[in-house]
Amino acid sequence: MAETTIKEPAAKKPANPHIENAKNIFKRLKKNKAAMAGGILILFFILVAVIGPYFVPYTAAEQNVLNKLQGPSAEHWFGTDQLGRDIFSRIVHGMSITLYIGFFSVFIAAIFGVIIGIVAGYYGGKIDTILMRLMDVLLAFPGILLALAVVTILGASLNNVILAVAVFSVPAFARIVRGSTLAVKELEYIDAVRALGAGDSRIIFRHILPNVFSPIIVQATLRIATAILTAAGLSFLGLGAQPPKPEWGAMLSDGRNYIFEAGHVALFPGLAIVIVVLAFNIFGDGLRDALDPKMKS
Amino acid sequence: MSNDADVLQIQDLQTSFFVDDGEVKAVDGVSLDIPKGKTVGIVGESGSGKSITSMSVMRLIRNPGRIKGGSIHYNGEDLLQKTEKQMQKIRGNKISMIFQEPMTSLNPVYTIGQQISEVIQIHQGLSKKDALSKSVEMLELVGIPSPKDRVKQYPHELSGGMRQRVMIAIALACNPELLIADEPTTALDVTIQAQILDLINELRRSLGMSVILITHDLGVVAETCDYVAVMYAGKVVEYADVHTLFKEPKHPYTVGLMNSLPRHDMDQDELNVIEGNVPKPGEMPEGCRFAPRCPFASDICTNELPDLMETEDGNQVRCWIYSEKWDGDPEVNVKNDYQTARSQ
Repeated sequence: MAETTIKEPAAKKPANPHIENAKNIFKRLKKNKAAMAGGILILFFILVAVIGPYFVPYTAAEQNVLNKLQGPSAEHWFGTDQLGRDIFSRIVHGMSITLYIGFFSVFIAAIFGVIIGIVAGYYGGKIDTILMRLMDVLLAFPGILLALAVVTILGASLNNVILAVAVFSVPAFARIVRGSTLAVKELEYIDAVRALGAGDSRIIFRHILPNVFSPIIVQATLRIATAILTAAGLSFLGLGAQPPKPEWGAMLSDGRNYIFEAGHVALFPGLAIVIVVLAFNIFGDGLRDALDPKMKS
Repeated sequence: MSNDADVLQIQDLQTSFFVDDGEVKAVDGVSLDIPKGKTVGIVGESGSGKSITSMSVMRLIRNPGRIKGGSIHYNGEDLLQKTEKQMQKIRGNKISMIFQEPMTSLNPVYTIGQQISEVIQIHQGLSKKDALSKSVEMLELVGIPSPKDRVKQYPHELSGGMRQRVMIAIALACNPELLIADEPTTALDVTIQAQILDLINELRRSLGMSVILITHDLGVVAETCDYVAVMYAGKVVEYADVHTLFKEPKHPYTVGLMNSLPRHDMDQDELNVIEGNVPKPGEMPEGCRFAPRCPFASDICTNELPDLMETEDGNQVRCWIYSEKWDGDPEVNVKNDYQTARSQ
């Protein structure tokens, strides 16, 4: 906002600052090699989730008990599990489940968190106190414990895992959005639109929301990693995706029993989780630096 | 002095802020009439309550502030009795406002056109396309070259003066009857200041609206206003037509303000100042609020708060010197004796 140069009006088509801004962000992101690697990995994972299942030699549930607990070989790249299922194929099939949980739970959490945060920040006073203390209550629980409670109440299923993970992600969004809203609502253009006769909902959704978007994006990226990890944890405990779904946490849990005689059964799903979570985390960190250069120091 | 020719009548307006230390009376019993088609200036230093007065008219006082009493009649209807929904129909439509900081008063994520269109769409329900073409007209009206291209630009692509013109275009898009300009030129450089003031004046004449001009710049007042209210510590201390105010200022504070202006017809090494500071809100003097800084202050001044009294020429002043109860020097002439009284 510091530059106030006037461009020649007719000579040049006015640059759209959204596009300009996106270009700048991408430029800064490109300088961060780790974040770029994370971003490329995420794109690769999405690709794998969408088309991977058509390319792998086995389906997720195809058993071959005679061939169980085999180590990695040319036939079975990541070996086979206790029912003789191809672990590589299962991991590729499980990719979409993992991403689905990650994206969808964060999406739900973001919608509720953003609404709660923006309303609390905008109206302040009692509404703020009530909403944010509620969020504090949710934050007081360790995430996995809260998710456990939700799944225990609702029953073990993939959708309930998503819901559980969403519930404990809501406060993170609410807090970050509330903070940004507090800053934005004091800006003069908010007073200006109010003086033009704009109502609360117009001010909130048309004028504040677009201006608090970048912290939301960053938070969402980082939260996806947490969501994936928590969901895997729940499945590991048997509270998430049910067999024979090739969910990575559940696969990890299967491998637990054979950890000494056939370590690869647990190793590969575990590695898959680590890499995906790491990719989202470093991409989120890089995105934060790129979106808010002031925070870097 | 209120009559049908006034578009706005503020009566005994009281706006306070309720903070931890207690109540801060930012505006304390302000009465002011805005005649149709005229420009009324409100001058005063920072913290005198001039901006709070205008925000009260728009009913935009936010927590912990509250309008405690008085009335604000707009065309006979009391704005303080309106619901928030009714006020939204008035804001930007009948009464508009321009803010001090053109750099930050526009939303950075929308184009100029979108922002002008918004107010038109809110109040007149025009379609997007019609609103946009009206926006182009408005930009033309406020003298922005090649308006068709400008509507597609974003605020950061315009200079400060341009942005203030855009703000004026937004404020005037619905033909308001009253425009409140809160220090519209403070953030601009001098040549742009003059252009913006000329523009406001010209539009006032051609559109027949009234203007409240809030400023601390007496030069701006002299150039543009028909009437002037001088505010000090939440109260109007003098109300006069602009000629009388500059020729015959009555209140010692007004005289002090005039004296502190740099003069190019006199060789001065130092500018005159009014000694002291505006009293802190919690420590308002019992009597006249200017008494602690006033070179003429006598016993009655420190003990009793004067009313806003009508003077012979029909203007108003809040000072004991002009009342029969005056107990100081009966021959005092504030304007002529100010310097001598100050040096004593």
